[in-house]
Amino acid sequence: MLNRPATSTQITHFRRLWLYVFCGLVILFLIAPTLLVIPMSFSGSRYLTFPPESWSTRWYRAYFDSIEWRDATWVSFQAAIWTTVVATVSGTLAAYGLYTARLSAGRYVQVLLALPMMIPVILLAIGVFIFFAPLGLNNSIPGLVLAHSALAIPLVLISVTAGLHNFDLNQEMVARSMGASRPWAFLTVTLPQIRNSVISGALLAFITSLDEVVIALLIVGGEKATLTRRMFLALRDEIDPTIAAISTLLIAVSIILLGMTQFLQSGRKR
Amino acid sequence: MSAVLEAQSPSPAAKRQGKNAEALAQLASRERQSLLALTVPALLIVGCVVLIPMGWLFWLSIVGQDGLTLDHYERLLHPSYRLTLSTTFQLAFLVTGICLVLGYPLAYLAAQLPPRAASLVLICVLFPFWTSLLVRTYAWLVLLQRRGLVNDWLQGIGLIDEPLRLVHNFTGTTIGMTHIMLPFMVLPLYATMKTIDEGYMRAAANLGASPIKAFWQVFVPLSVPGLIAGLIVVFVLSLGFYVTPALLGGGRVMMWAMQIERSVAVYSDWGAASALGVVLLVITLGILWLVARLTGAFTMIGGK
Repeated sequence: MLNRPATSTQITHFRRLWLYVFCGLVILFLIAPTLLVIPMSFSGSRYLTFPPESWSTRWYRAYFDSIEWRDATWVSFQAAIWTTVVATVSGTLAAYGLYTARLSAGRYVQVLLALPMMIPVILLAIGVFIFFAPLGLNNSIPGLVLAHSALAIPLVLISVTAGLHNFDLNQEMVARSMGASRPWAFLTVTLPQIRNSVISGALLAFITSLDEVVIALLIVGGEKATLTRRMFLALRDEIDPTIAAISTLLIAVSIILLGMTQFLQSGRKR
Repeated sequence: MSAVLEAQSPSPAAKRQGKNAEALAQLASRERQSLLALTVPALLIVGCVVLIPMGWLFWLSIVGQDGLTLDHYERLLHPSYRLTLSTTFQLAFLVTGICLVLGYPLAYLAAQLPPRAASLVLICVLFPFWTSLLVRTYAWLVLLQRRGLVNDWLQGIGLIDEPLRLVHNFTGTTIGMTHIMLPFMVLPLYATMKTIDEGYMRAAANLGASPIKAFWQVFVPLSVPGLIAGLIVVFVLSLGFYVTPALLGGGRVMMWAMQIERSVAVYSDWGAASALGVVLLVITLGILWLVARLTGAFTMIGGK
């Protein structure tokens, strides 16, 4: 097997062993640093070593005992949940509108809606800061949700549009020809069939808001500080092992969400 | 006879039908236009967060104490700003180059592996994508510090005697940024390579090309759209990157985005911040626009 080419143009597996080794190392580079944080978070000492010299859960206790960290986590989750709702609903509506309208003007709308993904976040953060100040939206969860929703809308748009591409819109026509109104046909025929893409988009929106640092850094503080804002400031000053525990919890969240999207995708193929 | 007449002048029934069709077509186009109204909520949000603030920022960059001015832009020629900009470009080029060297082989292998193995590789590429930026940056801070894992190992295998300074400098920033940007290189490359028909490579072999020659003369040119998309995305994201350089650079590596933040947070200098911001914005959108014109990559970014 190792000495036979997979296709007539390939070199044998054996002769391109270097490629496998190289790619193995690149993959190690991609995932190992993050995964090493998990065992280190159970370290008993102030210095994070691998493997830890002694095991303990003291950094997890430090996290759960701290009112500031707990408050920040709560703010982050509130913002993430509201962002998910706002971005998923508005993003799905926009994707459906653009896809079914098929107008040339739609392309411009599409580019406009993709802008938040292309503009450096620091600019959005500063821009939002000056615009929100007179509206009184700075230092408030609605302000944070509004900004995070803009970041998440392009992702929802991409995900839902991909779903619509795999869906035959004639089915909706059939439902409407039998008397269903457009919204009803969408809700009962289209939406259930593009469900997986909508949920994928929603998960992306959630993780986008949960991970966002730069905007939160500028527009919220004090009681409204998010988890990532606190983490950023803590990391700038010193390496606090409590952050290893928080990081491990966040890694668990991302593994769960990534697992869910993979599951949804395998469901879509079947 | 009647058939001939009908062909010459449409019968009233056919006329009515034509009118009906016209009316239906009008109705359909009006309905399609009204469907665009569904994009309004999303547009409002993007308007509040992107369009109005960016317009405001532009206004701040050209207005001074006594009316319109280009002073803010002129100040950008000052050596300290020039240093920031050149550091930013150096780092962006370096990171893009390393991502290319690391990402191309990985995408190539993933595109050729059987589906099961390929999806495993892809999950490994997506995993950092889904993990918090801060968590990954933190991981590098811990690994690269003076008494961190990397220094321990390098000393353990006897490669170095003294711990190296790997973090809070240019080296650490480069490593951390490469780690963050690599998936943005691999994913578009993989998507393009996946569409390359294996038949081309077989045809090349048939015509007498060695595998290496077929790879360079057939496969690589066909992968160019993905290559350009990857290079541009990584480069553009690197130019405006804030979090990782701010933490891994330890304040010593001044990037464009950090300069903007500092102008506002430390010096309350909105003129400088907005001028820097407008230049960054113009360069970013300019590059993306150019690439869109060249390759039609907008369809990819725009979600098709």
